[in-house]
Amino acid sequence: MVRIAVVLLSLLYGAILGAGFLAPYDPAEQDRAHPFAPPTRLHFVDAEGSLHGWPFIYGLIPSPDNFAEYQEDRSRAFPVRLFVSGDHYSLLGFSCRRHWFGIDEPGHIFLLGTDGYGRDQFSRLLWGGRISLLAGLIAAALSLSLGMAVGSVSGYFGGFVDDTLMRLVELFLAMPWLYLLFAVRAFLPLHISPTVAFFLLVVVIGTVGWARPARLIRGVVLSARERKYVLAARGFGASDFYLLRRHILPQTMGVFLTQAALLIPQYILAEVTLSFLGLGVGEPVPSWGNMLGSLQQYHILASYWWMLAPALVLVPVFWGYQVLADFLHERLEFGH
Amino acid sequence: MRRDIRLILVFLALVTGALWAQTKAAAAKEELQRTTGEVGQYGGRLVISQRAEAKTLNPVTAIDRPSREVMYRTQADLIHINRVTQRTEPALAKSWTASNDGLEYALRLRRGIRFSDGQPFNADDVVFSFQVYLDQNVHSPQRDLLIARDQKITVQKADPYTVVFKLARPDAAAERLFDSVVVLPKHLLEKAYHDGTLGQAWSLTTPPGQIAGLGPFRLKNYVPGEHITLERNPYYWKVDAKDNRLPYLNEITFLVVASEDAEAIRFQTGDTDVISRLNSENYALLAKDQQSRGYTLEDLGPGLEYNFILFNLNDDTRGRLPDIARKQAWFREVKFRQAVSAAIDRSDIVRLVYQGRGEPLWAQVTAGNKLWLNTKIPKPARSLNRARELLKSAGFTWNKDGKLGDHNGQLVEFSIVSSSSNSQRMQIANMVQQDLARLGIEVSVVPLEFRSFLERVTQTHEYEAAVMGLVNGDVDPNPEMNVWMSSGATHLWNLGEKKPATPWEEEIDKLMEQQIVTLNYPARKKLYDRVQEIVADELPIICVASPDILVGSKKNLGNFRPAILDPYTLHNVEELFWKPK
Repeated sequence: MVRIAVVLLSLLYGAILGAGFLAPYDPAEQDRAHPFAPPTRLHFVDAEGSLHGWPFIYGLIPSPDNFAEYQEDRSRAFPVRLFVSGDHYSLLGFSCRRHWFGIDEPGHIFLLGTDGYGRDQFSRLLWGGRISLLAGLIAAALSLSLGMAVGSVSGYFGGFVDDTLMRLVELFLAMPWLYLLFAVRAFLPLHISPTVAFFLLVVVIGTVGWARPARLIRGVVLSARERKYVLAARGFGASDFYLLRRHILPQTMGVFLTQAALLIPQYILAEVTLSFLGLGVGEPVPSWGNMLGSLQQYHILASYWWMLAPALVLVPVFWGYQVLADFLHERLEFGH
Repeated sequence: MRRDIRLILVFLALVTGALWAQTKAAAAKEELQRTTGEVGQYGGRLVISQRAEAKTLNPVTAIDRPSREVMYRTQADLIHINRVTQRTEPALAKSWTASNDGLEYALRLRRGIRFSDGQPFNADDVVFSFQVYLDQNVHSPQRDLLIARDQKITVQKADPYTVVFKLARPDAAAERLFDSVVVLPKHLLEKAYHDGTLGQAWSLTTPPGQIAGLGPFRLKNYVPGEHITLERNPYYWKVDAKDNRLPYLNEITFLVVASEDAEAIRFQTGDTDVISRLNSENYALLAKDQQSRGYTLEDLGPGLEYNFILFNLNDDTRGRLPDIARKQAWFREVKFRQAVSAAIDRSDIVRLVYQGRGEPLWAQVTAGNKLWLNTKIPKPARSLNRARELLKSAGFTWNKDGKLGDHNGQLVEFSIVSSSSNSQRMQIANMVQQDLARLGIEVSVVPLEFRSFLERVTQTHEYEAAVMGLVNGDVDPNPEMNVWMSSGATHLWNLGEKKPATPWEEEIDKLMEQQIVTLNYPARKKLYDRVQEIVADELPIICVASPDILVGSKKNLGNFRPAILDPYTLHNVEELFWKPK
């Protein structure tokens, strides 16, 4: 089970890292002739009934009377081509134009349909995953390191320091964080670039959530501090820093990793929630949250099922992390 | 003695007879208005949704839309604008004459008609109403309309059924001023007015018996958070072609439904009978099961709403908001605004945002306004080449990445704010962003909560550009004075100008001042045509598109005649009736 989960998660992260290559189009490119186009059908059998070994697609003709209704134009087939040259993107600092697959102009391939501006949902899903999944990772790293620092100091030194820090933790736990985020976002300047918006978002989510891991780590540190070998090392004159580094913090590894596996999906969800509410990265940069945001409109929810794609991708992500967290919890926290 | 008694009896008989004759004469003299709609049937109830709950039934304090929607069904005005023909027609005033200089209007009132509590109506009520509206201490919204532009109005009773209005200067649209200024019952409100408590009178919790009006309906009951129900006013002053007294319906219920989408769903499922402001997306969705669900939808064509891009041209940013002040150097360059206008693909916006149910705009008057539209305004298609030429001639250049820079080498980038609750305007902003990206201009779109959006645009001026819209209540140019006059309160691009900042604003000021005192329509039209030309050339606002008015009703609702003027559907509520199925 855990292997499947790890493979699945690696595939997803791999896909979003290679988004520029895997996505056929630029995520912000509006193909205004094709608003709300349904997912393009891949064909193997052509109009004459003969079978093809390689998939091809037909172009779409918009219906003249009804908005967002299309018919396939069977007169011309566009074979799916691999490693085509297309929109410019950058991968690991290199500027590239090569895409995994594509279609000759004037054809278009929309594996997951398009949104109301005619933007390719598949490309947006990949690029949007970058924001959502990376936001989860970075925010979790941030809040875990904060939690680690506060938790170990608090647990190791105890006394007045512990009391003060733990009251602070309780304060943070009791905070209505969603409203806090609303308030923080309201204070930000109007004109911020998507990158800045992304990091602000991550920092805000990350700093809000450090309290719980801090408490858990404090508990582990508190009990580790009293272990015989720690006391022995202290008797031999080991410094506080050496003790923490060598003997105590390794004890917290299990809690740390389990918390990571729990927090990452939680923060992915936080990003999705905030972007859904319009507080995350702004248009035209996609994120799973702002892609789902359009579903707040009744007509989209009722008419265009492919707009739900980001919600469907969240399912395997959450499942994967949940399985991983269970596994880590069993193996590392109680395993030995 | 006996003769005396006999005399007294005779006298009494005579007096009673005379009195009886007089009452009969009065009843016979009730001057009703005959309507021309289809003759309908009595009975039934109409249910309609509202996006928020009405706050009051007091005409003096009702400024929010839901309150007005309910209040106008219970009240009537002296001269009314027919929402379908867009022209004025008699209402409580059966006729009127204007003096030759246009300064005096004598209105003759309908005789013998009654308020919904049965009390008679006459000139005293009219004089009282205008005394209230024009009183500075009452702060009525009507006052702003009536005395706008230093117009002084005096109201005098000439006889019990004639009222004379005197204006300080001629007003071409004087008759239209009376529309929606409702006549208050003096007998019910005089005391509150003298006590200074008029503002608190007639809340929704006031017992229905203490509220009366001359409208087709009167308050029946109110359940907070749920609905307001009005019942038929038996004293209403209109009859149908067969002299049946209107209205036909027994009741109207206003349901509170929180959102636009929820309103569409309630109409789709049949919970409500009429829907007034559908957006194009929901229209398309609802149109699919028109047949099976027994309702019909109508596209009335473009209304009076114009959506536009607004650049911040306010003068008070200097020093206070240095970053915005720096960018204003571009915004003030008319060629820059013309380039932006040339780069916007209006037909794409109409097709994607309004799903084709709208109209591209190049100036503020929409095709729905048949009386005032200047049809000669050029409608150039989107042209990036023209946009580039304009930018080049204004000294802008492109760097090697294709980004636009000004003559100081500063990259041209700015943000567009819009109200996050209006998804259509957000969509316009996102499309403009993409269109301008093709010119090498980097635009970021910032959704703002409506109130903070409005505050930035009208108070703090802390914005660079905005997408917004204005909706006219009337087709006439006069209610637009506050937008186009440089001193106007809605002169959005540069608020609080002491004197016109540019020669063309000065010209607009002159034209608007002139049109208001020009009583002849073709001459007035010529003046307002010129205003539209200036707007299209100088682009203080870049008009983009106007959505169609989309409405729907149950199939068997008779006399349903929606119009592009607010309130779109219920303006002839007295004539609506249920056809037998």
